[in-house]
Amino acid sequence: MVDQQHLKPLAEDGFFSDDRGSRVPPAHTVARGQLRDDEQFYTGKIGSDLAATFPMPVTRELLNRGRERFDIYCAVCHGYTGNGDGMIVQRGFPQPPSFHEQRLRDAPIGHFVDVITNGYGVMYSYASRVAPEDRWAIAAYIRALQLSQHAPASDADPATWQNGRARPPGAPKSDSPRNSDGRPSGRPLPPSTND
Amino acid sequence: MHSRSDAADMGQLFRKRANAIARLTVVGIPLIIIGVSGCFYAFARSSFWTKVDAPVEQPVPFSHKHHVGDDGIDCRYCHTSVENSAFAGVPPTETCMTCHSQIWKDAPVLQPVRDSWQTGAPIKWVRVHDLPDYVYFDHSIHVNKGVGCATCHGQVNEMPLTFKTQELYMRWCLNCHRHPQQFLRPKSEVVSMDYRAPSDQLTLGQRLLKQNNVHTAGLTDCYTCHR
Repeated sequence: MVDQQHLKPLAEDGFFSDDRGSRVPPAHTVARGQLRDDEQFYTGKIGSDLAATFPMPVTRELLNRGRERFDIYCAVCHGYTGNGDGMIVQRGFPQPPSFHEQRLRDAPIGHFVDVITNGYGVMYSYASRVAPEDRWAIAAYIRALQLSQHAPASDADPATWQNGRARPPGAPKSDSPRNSDGRPSGRPLPPSTND
Repeated sequence: MHSRSDAADMGQLFRKRANAIARLTVVGIPLIIIGVSGCFYAFARSSFWTKVDAPVEQPVPFSHKHHVGDDGIDCRYCHTSVENSAFAGVPPTETCMTCHSQIWKDAPVLQPVRDSWQTGAPIKWVRVHDLPDYVYFDHSIHVNKGVGCATCHGQVNEMPLTFKTQELYMRWCLNCHRHPQQFLRPKSEVVSMDYRAPSDQLTLGQRLLKQNNVHTAGLTDCYTCHR
């Protein structure tokens, strides 16, 4: 009863010589409903070119999802604002470039999806950890981060200024709001006026 | 055939001390039953049996305290399937190597990780929480309805080696299934390790029951957990 004749996920089993209970699917296996026929959506590329457009509408839900996923999977190295100063970098991991440098501000959106999918330099692929929809959500949020660091003060709604959410030009840079343990608080993005 | 002395012996089948033995039995047997069950009960609840608070030896001394507490890595960075599957997911060696191909890359303590990466043989992590096989449990439904990781797994961010903080008995499951409003958190706080329930938890809990669409009616049905 307590230990029945079935295997739990990833459990060890001696039936095969590698002791794995869960089998690795043979190469080129396509799981039901997972045929990757939408090239742009799954690779971030159209032909050999990086896609410059999103395969889905960019909504606030997508951005919020992107922020949540970015904070989980990317911020550890890239930092919560995308400056490349995440905790793992502070622990000695090679510093990634800032998302706010011109090269990456000019990069087509498909670049970020491609890098998440296939890795880049010392960064491993995140294909097994971040689902394809989420890669686009993260890419969209990276764009939002890039905008946030280059937005002119005139873009800010005066009411927002008074709430203290935007900092006036020249004020010291502050990171996004945090809980006491340094994780970002789960607050949604402030409403934007130009989307 | 029968002599007189035989008949006299028949009359004294029970000697006088039999009375004392009978009284002792009437009192003693229940006492023994209570005592033995008490011992079993105490044993079943002891950490020797439940393994509560007993750190589990692993092939690599992985520290949640370091990775979660000191580095602030989100639970879902490694346990990727916790939000959409029954199984939270034990990370593949690739996840370890994402960082440890660059940092601590020569540390002897990580040799099993590098061996696994080179040979493709999985690291044989030892399961810490093992529910009986007759229990159906799904991580995703709990996480999506607002049960915090720490509610069941404790302050993982303070564990150098991981251990259970709950004995995982049915009465413990039922305690929450009967009164979920006492334990639910806002969804944004599910993975938080330093969330503390507010003083008006019951009000919040009642609101979260509605907000997260928790069907309380079926929560204690047998087939909810035994199917």
